Amino acid sequence: MKKIQLVWISGLLLLLALICHIFDFTLWKNNALLLATIIAGATTAKTAFQAVRMKAFSIELLVTIAVIGALFIGEYVEAAAVTFLFLFGSYLEARSLEKTRASLQTLLDMSPLEATVIKDGEKTILPIEEIHEGDILAIQSGEKVAVDGKIISGQASMNEATITGESVPKNKTTEDYVFSGTIIDQGYIEIIAEKVGDDTTFAKIIELVEEAQETKAKTQKFLEKFANIYTPSIILLSLFVLIFTKNIELTLTFLVIACPGALVISAPVSLVAGIGNGARKGTLIKGGEVMENLAKVDVVVFDKTGTLTEGKPSITNIQTYGIEENTLLKIAAEAEIISEHHLGRTIVQEAKIRHIPLEKEPSHFDIVKGHGLHALLDGQHVVIGNRQLLRDQQININTPMENDAVQLEKAGNTVIFVAIDKTVKGIISIKDKVKLEAKTAIERLKHYGIKQTIMLTGDNQHTAEQVATQLHIDTVHAEMLPEDKVLFVKQLKEKGYRVAMVGDGINDAPALALADVGLAMGIAGTDVAMETADVVLMNDQLQAIPSAISLAKATVKNMQQNMFFAVGTVILLLIGVLLGKVFLASGMLIHELSVLAVVLNALRLIRFNDKRNKHIHTAPPIIEVQSNE
Amino acid sequence: MKKLELTLETLSCPSCVKRIEGTLNKTAGIKNPRVLFHANKVKTQFDESVISAAEVATIVEKLGFPITHKKIA
Repeated sequence: MKKIQLVWISGLLLLLALICHIFDFTLWKNNALLLATIIAGATTAKTAFQAVRMKAFSIELLVTIAVIGALFIGEYVEAAAVTFLFLFGSYLEARSLEKTRASLQTLLDMSPLEATVIKDGEKTILPIEEIHEGDILAIQSGEKVAVDGKIISGQASMNEATITGESVPKNKTTEDYVFSGTIIDQGYIEIIAEKVGDDTTFAKIIELVEEAQETKAKTQKFLEKFANIYTPSIILLSLFVLIFTKNIELTLTFLVIACPGALVISAPVSLVAGIGNGARKGTLIKGGEVMENLAKVDVVVFDKTGTLTEGKPSITNIQTYGIEENTLLKIAAEAEIISEHHLGRTIVQEAKIRHIPLEKEPSHFDIVKGHGLHALLDGQHVVIGNRQLLRDQQININTPMENDAVQLEKAGNTVIFVAIDKTVKGIISIKDKVKLEAKTAIERLKHYGIKQTIMLTGDNQHTAEQVATQLHIDTVHAEMLPEDKVLFVKQLKEKGYRVAMVGDGINDAPALALADVGLAMGIAGTDVAMETADVVLMNDQLQAIPSAISLAKATVKNMQQNMFFAVGTVILLLIGVLLGKVFLASGMLIHELSVLAVVLNALRLIRFNDKRNKHIHTAPPIIEVQSNE
Repeated sequence: MKKLELTLETLSCPSCVKRIEGTLNKTAGIKNPRVLFHANKVKTQFDESVISAAEVATIVEKLGFPITHKKIA
């Protein structure tokens, strides 16, 4: 029989007993009470027995002993009330706890179950367990993507809310990557499966959230220690009471209140609700301690590229000195062709857009990390990079050239010098657009008690300052190498600041790891960053950062409220029992009510929404234009 | 060593978790059993030559926790 039915039956029997009591049918009253006790207490006793058989201790055992004891001394009312309250309480607890876990459940419900596979020109629907890497899947409007993979034909507007929390559809077409759990709003695509089952980003998000909910906050560890001492000492106390006072009723009351219910559940319920709230919006906060640290952050350090800027640089200007523009670009692109640096790739990309054929490959190639490269190309010595690199190579930048460069940098460009055989032949300007919402996101941070915002970049001083002024960032440090960033974060921490570092999670992984809280953003699909960061922002909206901080603050506050309430209840309960005001049934009632109170308080976090967060969806969706070569 | 993931009916009492972990820890052939309280799951590694997945499931059910879903990897 279901728990709720048992609750109803025993409740009705209690009512019947009350009626019998009014009409003085003592025998019927006691029979009703006894029956209610047995019906409500049977499952509890069964669980207690199962645990004993496996040599394990359980709260059910304490309650069962208390109830048997109460029956033994003829306290039928108390026995029936305790079993009823315990059963009803645990039913309500389970129901409300399910609600605190609802956010994750909604995600789980989005799990795809089957997919249409194309094999030998025929389409068959298969359960996802039978889909393998390399299979070709067909997905149409309204259907869910069942794997992570690349589009091989077709196009569609995709709703990626399950992954990024962003509900504005995104247009995707051939060569684009799609994720398991996302839905096709409109269109038709065929994809080749690259990651299936537990390896998909969606499966990883769910696993990460599940694990995060288990990792304990400091508050929680304290409460568990308290509970670990509390239960055994109360049991011991009840034994002493029995031996020295022979007061059976008091002994049994102690057994009933020995269960630390609200105490052990108060912190985790808040945490689960908070983590779930974040997960629904594409912000994965990895556990209790991260939540506590995030709430305390007072300095936010940003890496510029890909976080404050869009990370899609483009060439804005090519300044030449005695050489034709496309010739310079051709030489630069040929030298950079095997470079993996994003600025190098931008140069190669521009050459392709201008239909410049890249014929030669460098015979010698040398990368100077953070500065540029030099290469031997068709017998010419080509140097491409910043001032430092040219200085090291003893290449002179004359005053008019330097003036040109500074002008371009002040306009927000990153300038790259191109020198051929020790003479500067041109300056290529590259600009990475600042994200639309960056300024408001930084303003919002100030509202949440962030004392300082800092930007670190490998870029030049002029560009860095231009971006920082535009965004009202307090401090800028330019021309930094990855190891400089690590050192900088370390120094900030030594000064006593609570540092959050925001980056793409790949280039700045060491600095992210060192910061009190490392936030990696816009990284759907990169496993490494998902594993190393403390907070993973699945979308690349900067607004998610202030939102995450305000959520963390609300969660920690909720956790503290619950903790004070739970500890307070325990103390009051103990005093009540010692003063003889609280007995079996009332003890159980207070206990169950306190558990419900902390769970209901935590439920407020499920609906928590940051009020300053109204700018988040006002940015127009970016429509990506495919360039045809 | 294989991995087993059991999904249970809603867990409502954090102390019950200790009961499952404690018992599994004492069982031969089981390594690193973990209860994910909020996810209602038990995750463990087990040695097939010593104990079967079904036997692990029976232990958990005998402790008073009905299983709704079983996954072996």
